Amino acid sequence: MNNYLKRIARYTVATTLAGLLAAPVFAAGGGAELEKADIDPGQIPSLQRGASNFMNYCSGCHSAQYVRFNTIGKHLELSEEQLVDNLMFNAEKTFETIRSAMPAADAERWYGTAPPDLSLMARARGADYIYTFLKSFYVQEESPTGVDNIVMPATSMPHVLWELQGYQRAVFSEHEETDSEGNVSTTVHFEHFEQVSPGTLDAEDYDIFVRDTVNFLAYIAEPIRGERRKIGTWVIMYLIVFFIIALMLKKQIWKDVH
Amino acid sequence: MNNLLIGLRDWVDARLPIMRAWDTHMGKYYAPKNFNFWYFFGVLSLLVLVNQLLTGIWLTMSYNPSQEGAFASVEYIMRDVDYGWILRYMHSTGASAFFLVVYLHMFRALLYGSYKKPRELIWIFGMLIFVILMAEAFVGYVLPWGQMSYWGAQVIISLFGALPVVGDPLVEWIRGDYSISDITLNRFFALHVIAVPLALVMLVVMHILALHETGSNNPDGIEIKEHKGPDGVPLDGVAFHPYHTSKDLVAIIVFLMVFSFVLFFAPEMGGYFLEYANFEPANIKATPEHIAPVWYFTPFYAILRAVPDKLWGFILFGLSVVLPVFLPWLDRARVKSIRYRGWIYKSALTLFVISFISLGWLGVQPAEGIYVLAARIFAVIYFAFFLLMPYYTTIDKTKPVPDRVV
Repeated sequence: MNNYLKRIARYTVATTLAGLLAAPVFAAGGGAELEKADIDPGQIPSLQRGASNFMNYCSGCHSAQYVRFNTIGKHLELSEEQLVDNLMFNAEKTFETIRSAMPAADAERWYGTAPPDLSLMARARGADYIYTFLKSFYVQEESPTGVDNIVMPATSMPHVLWELQGYQRAVFSEHEETDSEGNVSTTVHFEHFEQVSPGTLDAEDYDIFVRDTVNFLAYIAEPIRGERRKIGTWVIMYLIVFFIIALMLKKQIWKDVH
Repeated sequence: MNNLLIGLRDWVDARLPIMRAWDTHMGKYYAPKNFNFWYFFGVLSLLVLVNQLLTGIWLTMSYNPSQEGAFASVEYIMRDVDYGWILRYMHSTGASAFFLVVYLHMFRALLYGSYKKPRELIWIFGMLIFVILMAEAFVGYVLPWGQMSYWGAQVIISLFGALPVVGDPLVEWIRGDYSISDITLNRFFALHVIAVPLALVMLVVMHILALHETGSNNPDGIEIKEHKGPDGVPLDGVAFHPYHTSKDLVAIIVFLMVFSFVLFFAPEMGGYFLEYANFEPANIKATPEHIAPVWYFTPFYAILRAVPDKLWGFILFGLSVVLPVFLPWLDRARVKSIRYRGWIYKSALTLFVISFISLGWLGVQPAEGIYVLAARIFAVIYFAFFLLMPYYTTIDKTKPVPDRVV
């Protein structure tokens, strides 16, 4: 069975499974089982590391065109100097947004598709999706990039983090199934990864690296998340007080109605 | 100072009957004293309407109705406009809240027969409001120009193409183009911010004026005007102000607590209030994997998909929305309230509610296998509830209705 068919089989199984789950589900491309990203947007150090990871490894190709550096500075407790020295590689002013260094037209010629803007990716696909995606590249010689991805089969994204993670091989198992009409079909299930060559980070540190990056992506998808929860708590507390007063007022007014 | 204000009031009152209007609608409008939980959803609908109008005005100040700028301007509101995110979440949560309270408000009418004589016109205005609200929500959902905005509009507008002869020209006329485009977005913006809201507000005024003419129904389905005291005040009524206003205030605060909880802690509501795919900008080249309408359209959408034929699907879809208009004449029962109806209506209403909720759930599932079959069964029950009503409400054994509120 050649790889193309395998990919189609995998895709069919995955999309059927995804379809059976209660909608609306995150549009999970290949639909492989997603690992929990387990991020905590309240962890400023993690977000700071994630910001640095993002600027060093992602922003070369991906923009985050709605995200301003000064907003990041404010929420991540970074001074203007720290912003300029550590995050702003091709931006001049702190009010600028994160633009990719790669022209979109070139990107389309090189990869067949322009790398998507990442401002809202964590809201569109979910943190778990990106987390699992970044951990699921595996060696695939026939692919132009030398790798493929379990989560998003046939992705045109190369394994940008290979230096850190090293390369891994995907192990699949094949199952023969006979349907009610007696047709035998083979489905392919992804089993696990096997490390082929080591990276500079061990598995645990790589997980942390990816988790920090995804944490940052979740943060930029909704920078006001922390603020809204803080304001929300005050609003609800105010409403509780108001409720007690309104209830007393109602009781007072209605006391002579029988 | 006081004298000055009283003088001003009297000056205006001599020229415009503001005192009379106040008495007619507030101070001397007598509503039954036995309103229960189900009677809060009218005032809550009004509250959400005002919320949508006000937040809508401010959103319009920063929104850019163009293919190029729409998606980015929503993110601009979310990130760069001071407290823009509160306005946007109030509006998006408000849209879902609107349907929630309106559905509960309509269910109240089914429980207590509020549409029955002499309140037929109130019901008809209400149904018109509902249909127009659906139009408002539909055109509004296109404005953020995300993937679901675009493809949802594509699916729904193309439904009109199922009509014979006029279908295709009609679709083109609605879109103003050969596909959903900048032109469509611009006209939907015009409809969303002025044409439809204007109609909505006028109908709400008519709905309330008609209500205040006949007076409110109540959980016992008794006409309180039939038993008046020597002063001409209904014995079972209390003045809308301050009695019902103070009671409604408590309900409003409880509602606001729930509303704020969603707004501040779960604005996406698990993908039901803000669909995840709509955080990706509209992409003409890529269909989202799973196109599902927002939850409040799903019962009707499920009926549409349950029918194998495109034209009949569209007709039954339209019918499912319009059919409740005829309730005042379909319902032949002698009593209004469910409290005095027999087991048949009680069972019919229970089945109807189960069908409606199930259809809503099925509307977000893929249209395949057992789901389609289930949708067909529930769709049949949905229609049977209305179409068989003249029969089963006639044979249903009702209980005697007391003269006065118990």
